[in-house]
Amino acid sequence: MVFKRRHKEKLIEATLFWIGSLTIIILILICLFLFRDALTLFSTHSFYSFVTGSLWYPTADPPLYGLIPLLLGSVLVTFGAICISVPLGITSAIYISEIASPRVASFLKPFIEILAGIPSVVYGFFGLVVLAPYLQLWLDLSTGQVALTGSVMLAVMALPTIISISEDAISSIPSSIREGSLAMGATNWQTIYKVVLPAALSGISAAVMLGMGRAIGETMTVMMVTGNAAVIPGMPEGIVESVRTMTATIALEMGEVPIGSEHYHALFAVGSVLFIMTFLINLAADIIKKKYRFKLEGS
Amino acid sequence: MNVNAKLTEKIAFGFIGASIFTVVLFVCIILYYIISNGYPALSWEFFTSMPRNRMMEGGIYPALIGTISLIIGSMLAALPFGILAAVYLNEYAKPGKIKWVIEMAINNLAGTPSVVFGLFGLALFVRYFGFGPSVIAASLTLGILVLPIVIRSSQEALLAVPMEYRQASLALGVTRWQTTKSMVLPAALPGIVTGSILSIGRVAGETAPILFTGAAYFLPRVPNSIFDQFMALPYHLYVLATSGIDIEGTRHIQYGTALVLLLVVLGVNSIAILIRRHYKKKLRLN
Repeated sequence: MVFKRRHKEKLIEATLFWIGSLTIIILILICLFLFRDALTLFSTHSFYSFVTGSLWYPTADPPLYGLIPLLLGSVLVTFGAICISVPLGITSAIYISEIASPRVASFLKPFIEILAGIPSVVYGFFGLVVLAPYLQLWLDLSTGQVALTGSVMLAVMALPTIISISEDAISSIPSSIREGSLAMGATNWQTIYKVVLPAALSGISAAVMLGMGRAIGETMTVMMVTGNAAVIPGMPEGIVESVRTMTATIALEMGEVPIGSEHYHALFAVGSVLFIMTFLINLAADIIKKKYRFKLEGS
Repeated sequence: MNVNAKLTEKIAFGFIGASIFTVVLFVCIILYYIISNGYPALSWEFFTSMPRNRMMEGGIYPALIGTISLIIGSMLAALPFGILAAVYLNEYAKPGKIKWVIEMAINNLAGTPSVVFGLFGLALFVRYFGFGPSVIAASLTLGILVLPIVIRSSQEALLAVPMEYRQASLALGVTRWQTTKSMVLPAALPGIVTGSILSIGRVAGETAPILFTGAAYFLPRVPNSIFDQFMALPYHLYVLATSGIDIEGTRHIQYGTALVLLLVVLGVNSIAILIRRHYKKKLRLN
């Protein structure tokens, strides 16, 4: 009986191991299925012209599948979003963890978390019907559906990620370090700026990277507010012009292409580029967080 | 110098105050616009009637049913695997390379763009498994999307179970699995429920993963099998707001749909917070 029981335990443990590894299996499957359909493109279309092509005209004859305008569209919108959300996010995290009273902080945290729950299509809708007309009016543009509108909406969406992870990093700094600084006569701000922030830097960098990963992969919001013109955006005036991101291209065109066509495979190729980019960003964030986790405690 | 430092502090804190104020203002403005414009559209009829007159009038009934089917389907797929994966990671796996790789994979899956899940669902479920665009293909895609959320929150819940529970049970000669099944999991249940509720909010709001896996522009009926196409709330909002026949004229329906989505998400999130608060107190009293 004991033998039977031990046998059963082993079997359960083995099953659990495979279920535990399911996320790895899924990641591998994603790679397999994405790359398989993407690589088919390069049997009829040159890899070089995909990666360096400056025109995305899938309906032209011959069709042009140039990644560059889409890639730059994504980079521009994401860069704009980061410029807005990083300063706002980090200072908000400082406020919540260092300045606010516990009562105010315990109200602010769930309140800001609301932003993380709002579906991306609702952000897109808000950007389209509220923000875009205002931006058009304020900046005197011909249309409000421009990169900047996307950047602002993405910044709002990335805020809860950046705030909550930065806040975690800041509050994990032992209070003895803060007290040491204050006891030397430093002001609160000097302590935050010179002692707390440097110590929390790795956590904050991870937060910024995760926010960036979230922004670059966002689909519905940017598709609804950035106008979707597949042209190489000018720098810097492209921020107030219509752009098209990689995500929006996939979402807009996949519904209309015949399955298995060259265009279909081109969209999978764009998806693969997107997947690889976010994979690297997330991996980097993970490594930063693990490697530089607060080391002052033991020394 | 001291005066200078004080002044710098005042300026810095002023900026910080302004920035937290901006963030709070963002939340308020978004909530205000959606709620004040969406509220007049809500009525019993809005929830229970079909879209009429080429979606220019009527309600959101089929989209609501579609979204509920997706929630049920994706939970059936994600919960058992997610919870058992968390059990493996917390109760069985020893710290080391394998565990590290799995944790890494979970983080990466959590950060994968939703449109990539859409492509994956299209390639694997719609085409390779031959489900076609359907409730089951979209549910499985969404199930994979929320798997990291279910695993993470289940792990947190398992971590919160005091070690004494396990030690006491193991000391009596009970096997690890029986300990897990009858001691640890019941104690962790409220936390696990919280996590699964949070993932419901995510499933209800996601659009990109269902675009190519089964969401229909318009269907005059609710799906009659799991292999049928469906309408869903977020996609319905997208369609009405960008490619409907009368975009300006259907704004009230759009705002109404956005508000329903918002209410679903905020509703499940507040329920999750309440459950968590309730059981945190209870666990401490024991």
